[in-house]
Amino acid sequence: MTTDVIEQDSHDEHHDDSHEHGKMNGIKRWLYTTNHKDIGTLYLWFAFIMFLTGGALAMVIRAELFQPGLQLVEPDFFNQLTTVHGLVMVFGAIMPAFTGFANWMLPMMLGAPDMALPRMNNWSFWILPFAFAILLGSFFMESGAPNFGWTFYAPLSTTYSNGSTAFFVFAVHIMGISSIMGAINIVVTIMNMRAPGMTYMKMPLFVWTFFITAYLLIAVMPVLAGVVTMLLTDTYFGTSFFDAAGGGDPVLFQHLFWFFGHPEVYIMILPAFGIVSTIIPAFSRKRLFGYSSMVYATSSIALLSFIVWAHHMFTTGMPLFGELFFMYCTMLIAVPTGVKVFNWVATMWRGSLTFETPMLFSIAFVILFTIGGFSGLMLAMTPVDFQYHDTYFVVAHFHYVLVTGSLFSIYAGAYFWLPKWTGHMYNDSLSKWHFWCSLISVNLLFFPMHFLGLAGMPRRIPDYALQFADFNKWVSIGGFAFGLSQLIFLAVVIKCIRGGEKAPAKPWDGAIGLEWTVASPAPYHTFSTPPPQRDIDNADQHEH
Amino acid sequence: MTNKEYESYYVPSQSHWPIVGAVALFMIAFGAANYVTDLSKEQSGYGGYLLLAGIALVVYMLVGWFSDVIKESLSGKYSHQMDNSFRQGMSWFIFSEVMFFAAFFGALLYLRVFSVPWLGGAGNNVSTGAVLWPDFVAQWPLLTTPDGTTTTSMGWFGLPLINTVLLLTSSITAHFAHSALIKNDRKPLKIWLGITIILGVSFMCLQVLEYAHGYSEEMRLFLDSGVYGNTFYLLTGFHGMHVTLGCIMLIVMWFRILKGHFTPENHFAFQAANWYWHFVDVVWVMLFVFVYIL
Repeated sequence: MTTDVIEQDSHDEHHDDSHEHGKMNGIKRWLYTTNHKDIGTLYLWFAFIMFLTGGALAMVIRAELFQPGLQLVEPDFFNQLTTVHGLVMVFGAIMPAFTGFANWMLPMMLGAPDMALPRMNNWSFWILPFAFAILLGSFFMESGAPNFGWTFYAPLSTTYSNGSTAFFVFAVHIMGISSIMGAINIVVTIMNMRAPGMTYMKMPLFVWTFFITAYLLIAVMPVLAGVVTMLLTDTYFGTSFFDAAGGGDPVLFQHLFWFFGHPEVYIMILPAFGIVSTIIPAFSRKRLFGYSSMVYATSSIALLSFIVWAHHMFTTGMPLFGELFFMYCTMLIAVPTGVKVFNWVATMWRGSLTFETPMLFSIAFVILFTIGGFSGLMLAMTPVDFQYHDTYFVVAHFHYVLVTGSLFSIYAGAYFWLPKWTGHMYNDSLSKWHFWCSLISVNLLFFPMHFLGLAGMPRRIPDYALQFADFNKWVSIGGFAFGLSQLIFLAVVIKCIRGGEKAPAKPWDGAIGLEWTVASPAPYHTFSTPPPQRDIDNADQHEH
Repeated sequence: MTNKEYESYYVPSQSHWPIVGAVALFMIAFGAANYVTDLSKEQSGYGGYLLLAGIALVVYMLVGWFSDVIKESLSGKYSHQMDNSFRQGMSWFIFSEVMFFAAFFGALLYLRVFSVPWLGGAGNNVSTGAVLWPDFVAQWPLLTTPDGTTTTSMGWFGLPLINTVLLLTSSITAHFAHSALIKNDRKPLKIWLGITIILGVSFMCLQVLEYAHGYSEEMRLFLDSGVYGNTFYLLTGFHGMHVTLGCIMLIVMWFRILKGHFTPENHFAFQAANWYWHFVDVVWVMLFVFVYIL
């Protein structure tokens, strides 16, 4: 703490980076920063590196599955690959990417000088690389990496653990600390840092979705911490929470895990809704259709997410009442989700549409996420799930919602705000290549998985019956193509950072929001004094 | 800052404490994982030392970080809005702690209502009981597990009851201390807070006594004595850790009060420590009812 100067500048545009409170030089800038934009950048780069890491693991998985038989890897190593692929993508790629968006955009959208608790913000980020160093480092340890699936069901992770459980548990613990602190910061920023005049129902929907997501995180990450603690004591200290011989029950593990796990699913999709709800109106040149209903729908999805967890466990032999209860509650989620899809389509209806890359990704999101939603409805039906459970149909389902859902929204958001972040327009034709290559390859990758699953191919196996060979070949080709296509994005981002057409303060004519009232690139500090009421009113997403 | 239209929000400059904290957590996690793994293989390693070093580094980080915050607060950099950020942050942190305990209470509930009766053949599990462990009788507390481990149960009368009285009283004295602070009565503040700390420490001592009793040859209630011992030790153990943390917070507050910190208007840290104390008290009441009495 060498400089304790309060920013008093009234005009952000005239801000000087060499100011006492400005950036530090070199690596210190990133290690010691309290600036929400720096921390947002760190989160986004970390997420992208993890995405490529998890993607590399997926490439090996798809190479092994390219044809029947065991070619490249041992079955045990295959299990490690699928496990770490899932963990890295969920906790290392998608969640940190959204936190990166939250850090970059929330203070600017709310007209706030920074996140509410800037130092804690930096701590939240820097825990993550260490957590993943432990998780990925376990590949090089005697035990090998976790091999019990990303859902780490007992007794696979207890009695039959390969010895990696302790490293896994403590990595999850510090990851959880990071998530909880990040979420507390988001909640407090939204509740306490809104510019005067910005009421809750005037907040951009983007802010609302992150608000609700952060609540979900605070509510369920501690439950994850609890369940991994029980896992640890069961494995190493002789407790029997998940062992019938001592009075416990392995199914208890699944209840606790999915009480965390189901809200976790919405933690990874609600922010996507927020991003898409920002972009579709901008390129339809209309206000968002049904702003209030979007807020209520998002809240309903979040509340329902707490009473549907056992739909992941239909085949565990729950009492019939449980099966029915969780089936109906799950199907109920289709209602608010339907409201959202309807509103996005209604926003585009009679809009003057243009198809810039963010819009292309958003439209693809609406269609492909809906496919994932429909396969989710199929899985929600208890008797039908008995057939689909643990098949490639499930793999197809959650990759449609996570890849063409969450990931596509992240790309949409990245293209939408790259001009604001870097001050340059991205290379348009490269970005279109990225979109079309991704769109075609991702469907080649995941759509045939539906058929594989319906035909009975189980998930998490390194080898399969000959009848599945043709589809698996196409899936693998789609996988390699999709993996390579993501390198185009890397190229676009690096080109965009290094130069390109200069971006105006507001590069998209239909966009609304306070972030477009500041220069591009956004100055290091924005809104040290609150924005005028006029700007807040202009940023209102309600239809007039 | 009162004459301005808006209070400006204090955005702290760069700080090295977060990265120190991240390294410390890494040392704790990696050290603990190594320690536990070595323990299971009955070999010795550096894990324990790394864990202890990590804990030391966390303490160092907390002292440094908080003294920066205290300095900023005392020099009047914080606005009313900042105070709100801290208060809301602390309340949501306590809520996350509530959810952490909820996981363990949820497990306790499931074990008592579902898994133990089912193992005894309840519901549609008649054959489970008959085939797997025909001699097993479902009961709670679970004194004989399906695989035949036996133990005894901890009654609620005696130490646990005394502990309940101690903690409930301490919550009241903590509240008296807060009222005294609001009235700026410094002497009663010191006394009430001192009594709260003494009650908290006494609770901890009695808890240690109770554990010693549980682990005695007479009771043979161990952590690995089936799900009764599991839930008993994990719930009371995590509660005990939180009481310890709460006590440390209150002791720090007591020394800060001796140094003349806190005013009737500005005493977030004291308030936060108090909230935390009430929270561990509420958790204890739940524990007393669901672990000891019922």
